[in-house]
Amino acid sequence: MESNFYTEPTKYNDLRKWVCSTDHKRIGLLYMASIFIFFLVAMMIGVVMKLKMLSAGTTFISARTYNSLFTVHGVIMIFLFIIPGIPAALGNFILPLQLGAKDVAFPRLNLYSWYFYIAGAVCALTSLFTGGGAPDTGWTFYVPYSVTTGTNVSLAVFGAFLLGMSSTLTGLNFLTTIHRMRAPGMGWFRMPLFIWSLYATGWVQLLATPIIAITLVLVILERLFNVGIFDPSRGGDPILFEHMFWIYSHPAVYIMILPAMGIVSEIIPVFARRTIFGYKAIAFSSLAIALVGYLVWGHHMFTSGMSDTARVIFSLLTFIVAVPSGVKVFNWVASLYKGSSVISAPLIFVMAFIFLFSIGGLTGLFQGALNIDMHIHGTYFIVAHFHYVMFGGTGFAFFAGLHYWYPKIFGRMYNEKIARYACGLMLIGFNVLYFPMFILGWQGMPRRYYDYPAQFQALQRLSSVGSWILVAGILLMFHNLVKSIRKGTPASSNPWGGKTLEWQTTSPPPTENFVEIPVVTSGPYNY
Amino acid sequence: MVTGWATLWNTTDNAFYFIMAISVILLVGIMGTMLYFVFRYSKERNPQAENIASSVPLEILWTVIPTLIVLAMFWVGWKGFIYKRTVPAGSMQVKVVGRMWSWSFTYENGKKSSVLKLPYNKPVKLLITSQDVLHSVFIPAFRVKEDAVPGKETYLWFLPDQMGKFDVFCSEFCGAGHADMITKVEVVSEEEFKTWLQATETATAATDGKVSLPVMGERLVREKGCLACHSTDGTARVGPSFKALWGKKETVIRNGVEVQVVIDEEHIRLQLFQPEKDRVKGFPPMMPSQKGLVNDDEARAIIEYLKTQK
Repeated sequence: MESNFYTEPTKYNDLRKWVCSTDHKRIGLLYMASIFIFFLVAMMIGVVMKLKMLSAGTTFISARTYNSLFTVHGVIMIFLFIIPGIPAALGNFILPLQLGAKDVAFPRLNLYSWYFYIAGAVCALTSLFTGGGAPDTGWTFYVPYSVTTGTNVSLAVFGAFLLGMSSTLTGLNFLTTIHRMRAPGMGWFRMPLFIWSLYATGWVQLLATPIIAITLVLVILERLFNVGIFDPSRGGDPILFEHMFWIYSHPAVYIMILPAMGIVSEIIPVFARRTIFGYKAIAFSSLAIALVGYLVWGHHMFTSGMSDTARVIFSLLTFIVAVPSGVKVFNWVASLYKGSSVISAPLIFVMAFIFLFSIGGLTGLFQGALNIDMHIHGTYFIVAHFHYVMFGGTGFAFFAGLHYWYPKIFGRMYNEKIARYACGLMLIGFNVLYFPMFILGWQGMPRRYYDYPAQFQALQRLSSVGSWILVAGILLMFHNLVKSIRKGTPASSNPWGGKTLEWQTTSPPPTENFVEIPVVTSGPYNY
Repeated sequence: MVTGWATLWNTTDNAFYFIMAISVILLVGIMGTMLYFVFRYSKERNPQAENIASSVPLEILWTVIPTLIVLAMFWVGWKGFIYKRTVPAGSMQVKVVGRMWSWSFTYENGKKSSVLKLPYNKPVKLLITSQDVLHSVFIPAFRVKEDAVPGKETYLWFLPDQMGKFDVFCSEFCGAGHADMITKVEVVSEEEFKTWLQATETATAATDGKVSLPVMGERLVREKGCLACHSTDGTARVGPSFKALWGKKETVIRNGVEVQVVIDEEHIRLQLFQPEKDRVKGFPPMMPSQKGLVNDDEARAIIEYLKTQK
């Protein structure tokens, strides 16, 4: 391998080479390592929860432990894995490369954001073992319970606050980079679609995250100083908390899914060897999702006691926001028409994504319908739905992107055969684990129950079996990826024949990405 | 009450199957087309790709048609929602109070119950609130749900059009006993319901001397929801069991210091009204204060009842 950013001399020669570096590629890898460590931890917590659900009643863990487990699983997966996930790890590494830039606009702020992330993670994890014990409120921290419980909610919430800072600053950094640092000749409509998706995401991160930050600070104030903003026994309004929580947390869903859609839009043209179908439609649908996505938070509150008029309006807007997601799916499928498909791991992961994300999206329609939601709200149906969207969608797209950019990031190839087996195993395990939850939810099984009535036993057990298959697939995939960092066959600069700028430099890239800043003369998928 | 084509959309199940049918068609269509394209236009079968950049008619087509489809779905959900939010005149009213971790139902004549007994085929309106944190009344068999919010009254109504016993769950997470906050709807014949409703077993009857204090206490611990956390058979749940509790030596945490106490009247009163003062070691600090919820007579009855639990 030629000289690259791993081997070129840096200021430090010890661990500081990483934790004091302002190189976006090193920061991207710092994020990637931390994010996947947390992912594996939260995944194992999920496995323990499914083990518990093999049988009803109190078995090897108590109700309180189970409540803490699903809270911690949710907090880690949401705040430490899936929100930072694609933008902070892959985005950091790839965004400047795709723009033809030497780095992001604010490299030191970028490192600072990672420290916010780590500080938030430390707070969240410390809260598990100190004070009144692991928080047991669910990741939603609904008041009044979160204000009255004796567990260590304040510290966990403060951790989420710090993570919000990290996310906001990353969004700001990316927006500035995209506005100011595009290569000569790269007009807005010559940007790769991954950049478009990070652009839409950046606005949501910047504008929505401060609201959750304020809300979480108010919860801490309420716990510490009895300020009665949310708790009705002190004159507050618990529904106000729900509004403020979801004003951020629903747009946050788009922080999670938009970058995933960007990855899919990158991989499809490269592996179909043709231009993407409907470039502008895909780019604008990202913006449409980000915009309308701000106005649909109330669909988390259809049974909350909110006014009936508000419920109807939120239901209507919720159905409208489904349309741009549909438009994307149709354009992706059309992009395969008359292509010349190379069916290898990244494309296989993308096809799995389209399958799982479609199920996730379509089942969202059931919950958008007011009448049906009054039955399935707060049941396993919603648990299944968001795992299909967030894990089947964002998770699988993340893995697709990881396989796609792997040769660029590490300069080596993974084992293709094992990657395919792992994807197949995950796809089967995923559906065995989560599909029964749709049926359980329709039958009335409420979520966040450590126990269940006998009529739910068979499907609960089937779902637990699925968790083992899924985990086997995930571990196989990580085994393949980690082993190949050292043992894989060396990769060329452009193993897939990609047309975007990151493929025009060496693999791995040199410290400042390009020997000479490239000049862009055409669109991103010019086959 | 739901009869004929015009009102068919009112039922949750029909709306569900309507959206399901469209979803299945869309999913099969998308996946079928995707797989067909990938294999029909694979590198082997189609070595030379064709660049088709876009088609405005197609973009319009697959924006407008899905918009119409989702608007139809919205309408279906809305129609059923109006039905579910419009309480028929003459519905029977029952007040529902959620608390950690049990339900209490109060009928128009003041009768309290921990199960929701209802007469067959008579619409019922539930007026819902909570004493402490958020809960949610969820009756899967009748496809209804509404949150119980402290300081606020919410409602739902349904028609108990099947006889039998049906689950009532709490579907808003409320702490350690969330999954145990389960009771039943019992739909019985009109006559049976009337007899049951008239059988006055109210607390006031006991103070008149008609019922002994331990018997009244036994009913109170059931009605007030104590049994959600305190068992009567010796198993430790969220809180200590009532069995053999009286006179037992326990370690409590008072001002952060461990203290040995004997469980007596004073201790029980403290646990009822100021539980934060003495926390029993080995149990989570969960006991909510019953100030304003249990009066002095009732506390006496509960203490007399606990004395009998050997």
